[in-house]
Amino acid sequence: MTATETRPSALAEFAPPRRARDLDWRRLARLGATAAFVQMFVSLTAMPVRLDERPVIESLLSLGYLFIGVIPVIAGNRIGRQVKLEGVPIHRAGRYELLGGTLAGTLAGAGLSLLVILITHFDIREPLVNWSPQLRDLLSFNRGPVFGVLIWLGIGAVGGLVGGGLRLLPTRWRRTLLTMAFVVVLAAILEQLVVDLVSGVGLEPVAEWFYARRGGLTGAGAGVAAAIAGVASFFGRGRLKAARARINTLEGPARTKANAGLILLTAAVMIVVPLLVGSLTNELLANVGLFVLLALGLNIVVGLAGILDLGYVAFFAVGSYTAAVLTAATSPRINPELPWFVALIFVVVITGLVGLFIGAPVIRMRGDYLAIVTLGFGEIIRLLFLSDWLSGWFGGAQGITAIGGVEIFGITTIDGTNPRNIFYLVLVFCAIAIYVSWRLERSRLGRAWMAVREDETVAEAMGINTVNVKLLAFVVGAILGSFSGAIFANKVGSVFPSSFLILVSMVILVVVIFGGMGSIIGVIAGAALLIGVLGGPKQPGLLQEFSEFKLLIYGALLVWMMLARPEGLIPSARRSRELHQEEFLQDAWLRGQVEADEEAGDEPETAERS
Amino acid sequence: MSAGAAPLLEIRDLDVDFGGLKAVNGLNIEVREGEIVSVIGPNGAGKTTLFNAISAMVPVTGGDIRFEGSTLLGLDPNQVTARGIARTFQNVRLFTNMTILENVMVAQHCRTKRGAFGALFNTRAFRQEEDEIQARGEKALGFFGSRLVGFRLNQPASVLSYANRRRLEIARAMATQPKLLLLDEPVAGMNPVESAELTGLIGRLREEWGFAIVFIEHDMSVVRDVSDRVIVLNHGELLTEGDYADVSMDPRVIEAYLGQDTIIEDAIKS
Repeated sequence: MTATETRPSALAEFAPPRRARDLDWRRLARLGATAAFVQMFVSLTAMPVRLDERPVIESLLSLGYLFIGVIPVIAGNRIGRQVKLEGVPIHRAGRYELLGGTLAGTLAGAGLSLLVILITHFDIREPLVNWSPQLRDLLSFNRGPVFGVLIWLGIGAVGGLVGGGLRLLPTRWRRTLLTMAFVVVLAAILEQLVVDLVSGVGLEPVAEWFYARRGGLTGAGAGVAAAIAGVASFFGRGRLKAARARINTLEGPARTKANAGLILLTAAVMIVVPLLVGSLTNELLANVGLFVLLALGLNIVVGLAGILDLGYVAFFAVGSYTAAVLTAATSPRINPELPWFVALIFVVVITGLVGLFIGAPVIRMRGDYLAIVTLGFGEIIRLLFLSDWLSGWFGGAQGITAIGGVEIFGITTIDGTNPRNIFYLVLVFCAIAIYVSWRLERSRLGRAWMAVREDETVAEAMGINTVNVKLLAFVVGAILGSFSGAIFANKVGSVFPSSFLILVSMVILVVVIFGGMGSIIGVIAGAALLIGVLGGPKQPGLLQEFSEFKLLIYGALLVWMMLARPEGLIPSARRSRELHQEEFLQDAWLRGQVEADEEAGDEPETAERS
Repeated sequence: MSAGAAPLLEIRDLDVDFGGLKAVNGLNIEVREGEIVSVIGPNGAGKTTLFNAISAMVPVTGGDIRFEGSTLLGLDPNQVTARGIARTFQNVRLFTNMTILENVMVAQHCRTKRGAFGALFNTRAFRQEEDEIQARGEKALGFFGSRLVGFRLNQPASVLSYANRRRLEIARAMATQPKLLLLDEPVAGMNPVESAELTGLIGRLREEWGFAIVFIEHDMSVVRDVSDRVIVLNHGELLTEGDYADVSMDPRVIEAYLGQDTIIEDAIKS
């Protein structure tokens, strides 16, 4: 273990500092130009204009300025990326970082300066709607174009200098600073949640002191938040990691006990928090819960069995419509008005059958072909609900409305007017989904899924009936998705074909990939981040200002994730091993766990695919 | 070659065509219970295609493959494995991201039956079966000495050395509880010490586990040391069969391997 911990940072100390005259000009130009282009692009999407309505720190910084201001900092930081030889840095950070950072930042800032000039002299509002004086005023702080040009060069230079300077700081200080900045921004983004929660505990004055009336942190609030974060990060460094490592090394009953404790704690938080927050936040939590449920279902199909299903929304739709038809009095053809929990039995059976019906032909295909066919089936299901042919059953484009709530033994009714109860209902089903995923993954079936994902041909030759096993994954995933659909129908009170666009499939898939395929915690975290903060296909998130740019940001996040961390936010150990096999083997080798061939002494091959 | 009961594996007039190319052409082979048969032949002779045909991984164009008296034609690969034929691959194909133990556990899929409900409710039968699966898996791994057991059990197969990957692949095939084991070049790429050791293990596989074994091999010392019978293929046809001494002296075999000219040279020398 000691070998891996001391490796990179300790070795870096022996490297010579990087000199300013070694500057890599081509890289600098490329980075600066890219940053400038990104800034101009982001500005022209009008994202900053909208985000300007959202203050981070009262009358000092808005999310809009933060968004474009942070780009030179990133450019300045990236220019000083360590050059590594066999995992060991060949340079120590030096003046190179400062000069390069400043230049790259200035170049990045020049993009906006150029934009200010262009907007002043040309008018191309015809194709570019956001080519507006409003944007120019925002960019030049209402003080005229000359100021605008100079200020962005200045901001770029300072930002780049800061970004480059970060490289010179010792790791501990750098981490502390970044944590402080992150916490302040996070506090601003989570404003609604935090205010709601703090007021719920009865500490309204605290919330009022921290947050300004018109949104954003107050100056003092930001200072206190940063200070707390700084102190916690500086002195608590590594504690969290150490605690986690301690839990991971526990074995047997102690491990079970620790796990049970963690689960109970999480459950308690999940039960208490909704009691403290208002209905708006509960609505948000319920939406996140619905997507967690969907993502967990898709995770079984994509993450465990490796079937790339692009039409998962079909099962969400079937679940919704089945619940709607069976519980609503207004359902056109049949309206048995069953209680919701009775209807749920039919939902499970019918979605299971639909899963079998769709899965049977689809599952015989592999890879890209399978993905395309599922995409088609996803659309077919929606079009069937929309069609005139079945409008006698499902109401066509008018859908089914006035769906009643969920009655629980006559005690209480859960419907959309009471988001807290909806959240609890979702929570119960999420717990079921988590349990199912967890148990199945560690069973004979879970192993078969893994084998199919790794190498279908060999799995078949090793006696696994791959068709049956994959079909089962498809059906289990379908049933979990249908739970979400059934709750959705009763939460919203109406179902329309337009609620089940292909976009929903994509969003769920992005959640699973972003969070970490095959990882239960990852998938939940992904849903909380993407759906909770940015918002779902039709559901608003915490950053409502983002809602117009949601898809753009989804796309950008996904691309970034695939480049920087393809295994996802909180990956399963297995998946990160799969994607980083070389690094994994290197670490294992350092721990003396990889064996050399007994006499030949060959290096083990890293990938064994044919 | 004692005449006994019906053969374990019986291949009659087997044809495998790949769009006009006859990879296997009118082949007749028998394998008896507990027999170790090696299949040799130059590259492209149809050895691996024969294995693929037996394990139902390529479609058979004509003839019949009978195992324990009933045909294997029309079965899926997993059904063939369930009937009792397990195989390894020429280019080792492990589930590299699964642990070593999981590799042998997953291979028992067709011998076990607890489904999703047992797993969900963690029933007694489910737990019992899981324990059995694990015990049987460890037993198969234990056959190769201490290499694959102990702390290795929970490591991914990707950390294994090449030779151990081959061993694990054999262990995985053993875990499917077959009657007949098809080994595709089990010692390819191993050094002489390792291949000598594995040669010994092939003999033990029959004595201790009771498998009949058919293996493809290019290493003639391995073929000589363990096979009861050698089958020589050339151009998808049976060239000859018999014990090693006979086959290795057969001029047709030497010709198939070394070409016409060498025969003439040898003839001139002798």
